Amino acid sequence: MAEKVLMKGNEALAEAAIQAGCRHFFGYPITPQTELAAYMAKRMPKIGGTYLQAESEIAAINMVLGAASAGVRAMTSSSSPGISLKTEGISYLAGSDLPCLIINVQRGGPGLGGIQPSQADYWQATKATGHGDFQILVFAPSTVQEMVDLVAGAFDRADKYRMPAMILADGMLGQMMEPVAIEEGSANVIEKPWAANGHQGKRPHNIVNSLYIQPDELERLVAERFEKYELIKKTEQMCEEYLMDDAEYCVVAYGASSRVARSAVNSARAQGVKVGLIRPITLWPFPNDAINAAADKVKAMLTVEMSMGQMVDDVRLAVNGRCPVEFYGRTGGIIPTPAEVLAQINKLAGGVQ
Amino acid sequence: MSDFNFLLAGFGGQGILFAGKVVAYTGLIDGIQVSWLPSYGPEMRGGTANCSVCLSENTIGSPLVTEPNGFIAMNLPSFDKFIDSVAPGGVVIVDSSLIEKTTDRTDVNAFYVPATKMAEENGLKGLANIILIGKLFKETGFCQKETLFEAVRKCVPAKKAHLVDSNIRALELGMSC
Repeated sequence: MAEKVLMKGNEALAEAAIQAGCRHFFGYPITPQTELAAYMAKRMPKIGGTYLQAESEIAAINMVLGAASAGVRAMTSSSSPGISLKTEGISYLAGSDLPCLIINVQRGGPGLGGIQPSQADYWQATKATGHGDFQILVFAPSTVQEMVDLVAGAFDRADKYRMPAMILADGMLGQMMEPVAIEEGSANVIEKPWAANGHQGKRPHNIVNSLYIQPDELERLVAERFEKYELIKKTEQMCEEYLMDDAEYCVVAYGASSRVARSAVNSARAQGVKVGLIRPITLWPFPNDAINAAADKVKAMLTVEMSMGQMVDDVRLAVNGRCPVEFYGRTGGIIPTPAEVLAQINKLAGGVQ
Repeated sequence: MSDFNFLLAGFGGQGILFAGKVVAYTGLIDGIQVSWLPSYGPEMRGGTANCSVCLSENTIGSPLVTEPNGFIAMNLPSFDKFIDSVAPGGVVIVDSSLIEKTTDRTDVNAFYVPATKMAEENGLKGLANIILIGKLFKETGFCQKETLFEAVRKCVPAKKAHLVDSNIRALELGMSC
């Protein structure tokens, strides 16, 4: 077991990526993720890796595309407005069946928005990280340790399924320090026979491409990708259930807001309200199975987000009308307080208004 | 032990974030749950800087401290902004060389320590933050004394190791008042 140290979420993400075998990072500074790039700038040259500050976010994601094409573990990070700029490249990565890791340390939007923590990029991350029919894997950690633990798995799954993976964090998780243990050398080597790298004339050359002019060929390729997505939906859902065994009410929250929700659930339990928490860890694939099972048991659900209500759509799809699904959120960089969420739980349970 | 939810606030440059880090390290050393959350962004540039530190034996929910049971104020805007949020029975420690005001609240334990002046008089310029941590330790007992000293040794970077002794003196000064 590695020694526990106090680290900022942003720095822990960077070190975890290095331990997962990432040696190619392309970035561009933006608050509140800059410490991640700064950490990479310090570490990469010392371990024979590449840290490159690109001229823009668009350049950085296309450098990721180039590095990923050559078969290496490549990564970029940004915050909300920067991720919007990267979406073109993410679509090309998906269309080229390339693995990579993208970190979004979310801040308030739209536009330049603000720099305080937000979860308003849920729709972007899970529904449309660019144009075209595609999905990316999306992981939502809620602690600094979990940020670390998810990085290696995100790289592994991206390689396994040949698709981009994203860690959807936020300014609070990126900036905060918690004790964290980072195992050294957690890298899994996954063979990439498709990579466009040097082959000394020993095999036919590989082509990495996302352009398919013939509609029937493109349709076939997209359909194959969607068969893969169906498999992922069956096998890769992750969530944490907290106090759900006897729960009559269920709060659904991910990332930073799940921490607030957890505090509120504890307070409600102390007041005798039987409430539990489902915390999605994968946002795509969404943990439909857990929500689906809970919908038959609980009287009502409450989704808590740092947005105007985005994940609540997926909760309602999974519940499919079997119980009421309410929403509470703060946006623009405001973090809801446990007291606010407790009031919503009590409202749901018909208690103190 | 009970949960400690501390809020440290002042101007950027007073060492608010460092002081919070010292407190956070005591939890790391003791193997309990810890979180340290800084304010970041425009409020740090010429305005207030603050940080939330939680120490608990249980999983820490929201790391943003909205009802501190320990509050250190190192400037007037921070004092005004947060004094009403302190939990009843909480400890308030005010650098009285920088803040002339006192609180009207009778349900909190307020201590007025002229930390900046004490630091200057004792050759500890710039360590008012650590004096106040010493006082916070004395009034709340958030860890063992030796753990606190160990935390300072861990937090002072290697190239500034010569400052360990003065930081420890600052802690002792805070504990003595």
